Amino acid sequence: MSQQRENGVPARGKVLTVDNMNPYVKRVEYAVRGPIVQRAVQIEKELREGVKKPFTEVIKANIGDAHAMGQKPITFLRQVLALCSYPELLKDNKFPEDAKKRAQRILQACGGQSIGSYSASQGIECIREDVARYIEKRDGGIPSNSDDIYLSTGASDAIVTMLKLLVAGEGRDRTGVMIPIPQYPLYSAALTDLGAVQINYYLDEDKCWSLDISELRRALAAARKHCNPRVLCIINPGNPTGQVQSRQCIEDVIRFIKEEDLFLMADEVYQDNVYAESSKFHSFKKVLFEMGPEFSSTVELASFHSTSKCYMGECGFRAGYMEVINLDPEVKAQLTKLVSVRLCPPVPGQALLDLVVNPPQPDEPSYATFTQEQTLVLKDLAEKAKLTEQILNTVPGITCNPVQGAMYTFPRITLPQKAIDHAKEEGQAPDMFYCLKLLEETGICLVPGSGFGQRDGTHHFRMTILPPAEKLKVVLEKIGEFHQRFTLEFS
Amino acid sequence: MSILREISPKVRNIRHSELLALGRQACGIKEKLKQGVRKPYKEVIDVSGGDPHRTGVKPLSFVRQVLAACLYPQLVNSDKLPVDVRQRAQRLLGACKGGSVGSYTLTQGIMDIQQSVSKFISQRDGGVPSVPENIFLTAGSQGAIMKILSLLVNSEGTPRTGVLTPVPGYSSANMALEGLGGAIVPYYLNEELCWELQIDELRRALQSAKGVCNPVALYVINPGNPTGHIQSRKSMEEVIQFVSQEKLFLLADETVQDNVFGEGSEFVSYKRVLAEMGPPLSDTVELASFHSVSKGLMGECGLRGGYVELVNLDPEVMNHTYTLFSTDSSAAVTGQLAVDLMVDPIQPGDPSYPLYYKETQYIRTMQVHNAKRVTEVLNSLPGFSCQPVKGGAFAFPRVHLPPRAIQKAKEEGMPPDHFYCSRLLEDTGLLVSPGCEHGQREGTHHIRFCIMTSVDILEEVLRCLARFHTQFMKDFF
Repeated sequence: MSQQRENGVPARGKVLTVDNMNPYVKRVEYAVRGPIVQRAVQIEKELREGVKKPFTEVIKANIGDAHAMGQKPITFLRQVLALCSYPELLKDNKFPEDAKKRAQRILQACGGQSIGSYSASQGIECIREDVARYIEKRDGGIPSNSDDIYLSTGASDAIVTMLKLLVAGEGRDRTGVMIPIPQYPLYSAALTDLGAVQINYYLDEDKCWSLDISELRRALAAARKHCNPRVLCIINPGNPTGQVQSRQCIEDVIRFIKEEDLFLMADEVYQDNVYAESSKFHSFKKVLFEMGPEFSSTVELASFHSTSKCYMGECGFRAGYMEVINLDPEVKAQLTKLVSVRLCPPVPGQALLDLVVNPPQPDEPSYATFTQEQTLVLKDLAEKAKLTEQILNTVPGITCNPVQGAMYTFPRITLPQKAIDHAKEEGQAPDMFYCLKLLEETGICLVPGSGFGQRDGTHHFRMTILPPAEKLKVVLEKIGEFHQRFTLEFS
Repeated sequence: MSILREISPKVRNIRHSELLALGRQACGIKEKLKQGVRKPYKEVIDVSGGDPHRTGVKPLSFVRQVLAACLYPQLVNSDKLPVDVRQRAQRLLGACKGGSVGSYTLTQGIMDIQQSVSKFISQRDGGVPSVPENIFLTAGSQGAIMKILSLLVNSEGTPRTGVLTPVPGYSSANMALEGLGGAIVPYYLNEELCWELQIDELRRALQSAKGVCNPVALYVINPGNPTGHIQSRKSMEEVIQFVSQEKLFLLADETVQDNVFGEGSEFVSYKRVLAEMGPPLSDTVELASFHSVSKGLMGECGLRGGYVELVNLDPEVMNHTYTLFSTDSSAAVTGQLAVDLMVDPIQPGDPSYPLYYKETQYIRTMQVHNAKRVTEVLNSLPGFSCQPVKGGAFAFPRVHLPPRAIQKAKEEGMPPDHFYCSRLLEDTGLLVSPGCEHGQREGTHHIRFCIMTSVDILEEVLRCLARFHTQFMKDFF
């Protein structure tokens, strides 16, 4: 509809403007899909239209999307989902028996035996039970109750739901939420949207991005002066840092949580993505229970997982879950009411999650292929993690901590003062200026460190380790070359 | 430990759902049946939600075949599936990054599908242009409604942001508004006139909001939920004039636009009416219209596929809208694929068309039959009065409860129609939704149940209802 104008001025003011829209929403930012990505999409369009550039394709190393970068889906998972979608295929003998069995079980649990039916808001019951069994197995037998499991539309849905529940109070009593810096910007976006107080605790770059309890204490003490800190969020393995917390660190965090009476949100979506030999994933729940009843019966915990990462990389299904521990029953009832507002998580995603927690067993026909494919993906990621660290550390001006886990590297870049000043004149964060220039010159799309948070005066970028190894090598080399050029240009 | 009073007051203020409570009762009954407890019925029949597959409607073969091939692309090369299925799957997979439905998509959705939606809207609206950039693919209509309300509601402002919403209406949308700290400003639909929306009532509602809250939007559902009422073009023009005069944002929930079966009834979209009213209205009235794959002929509620088209929004607000949507990454790809199949259905001449036609005709015939049967049976029962159902997914008959029943309900601490539904569930295994869940005029009582059901299930529903109702009225005479 054309905009009617008189003398260049809109004939009528808008009903919904930036002045009267939700002021919190106005302040929301989300760097992973922010301005740099929008520019990348524009460049892709220009390339399609035949505009000449110093590169032939845009490489989107900004987002943790494995399939987009060529990683193949796991055969078994997709077979079962196809059977669930079109049950006529159950008659087709090209599908293995174990896939058919699982499809039938899932369909039985769906209304009208169709994945097109709404499920209960908390998720399909037998899938929640399977998730509980999976958690028990993972955590060496520590019991898990399916009533404490909430299936969700990706882990993001569950994280935002918990924050919605926990953010309360006004003025000095406003809920404060501790988040790591650097962080996955969903957290800052959600806190902005909810008008919660963001409390930053800095991870230690010099110690491989480890978490220091004294830093938690510092952040908490400072925050108590102006808000009511109630929640601590931790991402393990870390995004964007790739750091895998030691068991000792996890115990220290739990002790801290108990001392300070905080609610713990543990984002564990990368739990299968651990590459460093010296690193091991320890679930917060397991450690909590192994610390004995003094802790396990009192500490409130929500832990999150999803199908988007690990070896599956099934981001597009928007599937995940959270397990809540030690919630007051009345609070849990409010949580159950709250999730009902969004109706239910996508059912194909719930089905997918069921397969992830209930994979082929050694005595089943699909086991060999499944294990082979799974091992290959994780091996490939581990190799790329190492490759990335190696190559970036050869570039003067770039320092890269080991990528112990997750899917990213978050190297520190040294920028010449002239570049920093130039960026500031343009009103841009220096690393945004750097990344935009990199994009224009090489077609490589990264996310500037300013989008994740970093110590003042430092600059970083986040890059995924997902492109195929050969391409990744080329990308890393191009970044290195760009960095040298950039340093020279602004010296 | 966190206790109730430390929890967000906005969450606490979200209304308690009577239907959720009945759902728990139904779960209890299902458990007992599983354990072998004897009851006068073998299973619970749940017609409380708008969930066609649950109640016997079959998914469309073409839709499910395409989905299967997209999920497991080996099927694209197999001759087990018809060639047009494979072609469509191939095209859709080509539009997915890395050729996989497991990839994230752009925030607004897969571009090809955005374009399909835009084309569909334009064709549906007699050529009124639709711009792909104004379309966001979402997690059903509800996903879109929640996001757009979030733009509109200033949760910390005083007075509270208000939205005019219909009574009876859609409880999930009301809950979403409450969860954001918004205020509901109810406007009552006229039951005697087949649930018509009347402008005088909108004016009264708006007037009642003065000094109480700051109304910013009008939420209309057309065809109505639960009423099935289909708005006349004249009524829609009056609504558009009204929102323009009163500077309100128009939220048009058009999720059941494909469920129109009353004779002489025709759905026309708010976008079309707005466009055909010409400037200045067509250039200025700000509109969000919602649609999804949950109803219509597909009934794919569980896939969570939908879209919102935003019309005449301020460009800066659109930028913020984009950022807001981007924090959720993107809508589930399987839902987006379902939207494509809804807006770009298979055509005559395609190999799969004969089957598609057969299946969709069956559903259309079934709906007409069901609507007639429901009004016929219910209106024959003393104590029930049912407006003719011309569209939508539900029947929303009025139950004239005897004073003794109302008294008993009060004693048991529940709204009278919840009491009725609870007894109905206990005695027959039939789960329907009480009128209090959806809103109704004080002193009136209703039930809502889905009529997008197989013919057999509907007969069973009516049989249970008739038998129970007759006994109930006798017991509480």
